[in-house]
Amino acid sequence: MPLCLQRSFIARNLWLALLQVLLMGASRLLAQEPPYFVTYSDVLEEPGNLEIATQNIYSTPKDANPFYGQTVELEYGVTGWWTTEFYLQGQTTTHDSTIFTGFRIENRFRPLRSTHWVNPVLYVEYEDINQADKSFLEITGNHVIADQQIANALLRQDVERSIEAKLILSSYFQGINFSENFIAEKNVSNEPWEFGYALGASRSLANGASPRVCRFCRQNFSAGGEVFGGLGTRYTFGFAGTSIYAGPTIAYSTLRNLTITAGPEFGVNDNSARVLWRLKASYEFNQVRDLFRRSR
Amino acid sequence: MRRTLGLTCLFLSTAIFLYAADGAWLHRISHADHDRTSPFGNDPAQLQNAAAAGAQLFQNNCAKCHGSDAMGKYSRPPIISERIAHASDGDLFWLLTNGNPWKGMPPWMMLPAKQRWQLVAYIRSLNLNTPDSSSTSQEKPQ
Repeated sequence: MPLCLQRSFIARNLWLALLQVLLMGASRLLAQEPPYFVTYSDVLEEPGNLEIATQNIYSTPKDANPFYGQTVELEYGVTGWWTTEFYLQGQTTTHDSTIFTGFRIENRFRPLRSTHWVNPVLYVEYEDINQADKSFLEITGNHVIADQQIANALLRQDVERSIEAKLILSSYFQGINFSENFIAEKNVSNEPWEFGYALGASRSLANGASPRVCRFCRQNFSAGGEVFGGLGTRYTFGFAGTSIYAGPTIAYSTLRNLTITAGPEFGVNDNSARVLWRLKASYEFNQVRDLFRRSR
Repeated sequence: MRRTLGLTCLFLSTAIFLYAADGAWLHRISHADHDRTSPFGNDPAQLQNAAAAGAQLFQNNCAKCHGSDAMGKYSRPPIISERIAHASDGDLFWLLTNGNPWKGMPPWMMLPAKQRWQLVAYIRSLNLNTPDSSSTSQEKPQ
């Protein structure tokens, strides 16, 4: 693909993502979620709040067509200890096609009622996703980027319905959040268990808040980094034969309920793409359930 | 059978709600946490500055549930109350750190400790005029 066309493709998709960001409405709130794309922390959605997010990813893998993946997330805080989330995913591959790749439903539960030095969260997900999916929301099993060379028309025929569980551990030290995710996934057909991991660390850029209203105070920014990859299957457990990504992330929370997270994630072995460019915009609707109460 | 199960669930949820409504979280705080004091000390200028920063944090993070006037919304409790006025700074810091997730209050560990103390300063300033706040005993409930 000519370089100028690649650039215009990136620019078009990033502008589309930014447009989505700007079209979102306004009220006040700072999200408290850490700036991770893949790693989950112990932070759940506040009860009654609905968060809508769009997560965009762009990559130009070696020997494969550039692709742009998009995931739309709807996250709702059912209670203080239970958050449920619904995902819709799709992707565009240059010189190929634009397709819907599937959906996920996930639930996260906080089993303990106090904060400890390690805070566990249990995660259960059902996913119905075809092999053409390029969302990179996690990596399990023996995922290699060379698989992306296959045409969408062939990949989409192979639909994977699986149950996924994660053990999320999160802790805090000197204001830094450390999160570790251990992933186990089982296709409901007769395929072996697949495993993966994600690790992240982040912190707010300011210890104390400013007493004045400001758009670009340090307290509105948080920075961090994450590493994630596969761990093979039950029979091929280990770091070999799977991809690994690592990279920095930065998040900016506006005073208008909007959080923008961006960062590159670099492939650290030959099974990975060189870089995944990510941009996520999330908007939180406060106390949606109040709209359904009788007396307002 | 179904009716018995339904009544049992109703009874249990009522009991849990009543238990939560009487400030049961205060009983889970250790003496060490209860006795913690604000890093801003008693210096009025520092406290005023911290409360002003806490006001910004409150509007950004807490007002969506507790109301921008801190008087509560629907079943979410008010921040200006006798119970809060009687709680020590350590109690309030503990509540912000641990939350009360089974009752809807999330923990705010993602906020750095200094910001949580700024919130405590603001909450304290809101409750200065609450009845009996002057006679706050700051004693750990038994």
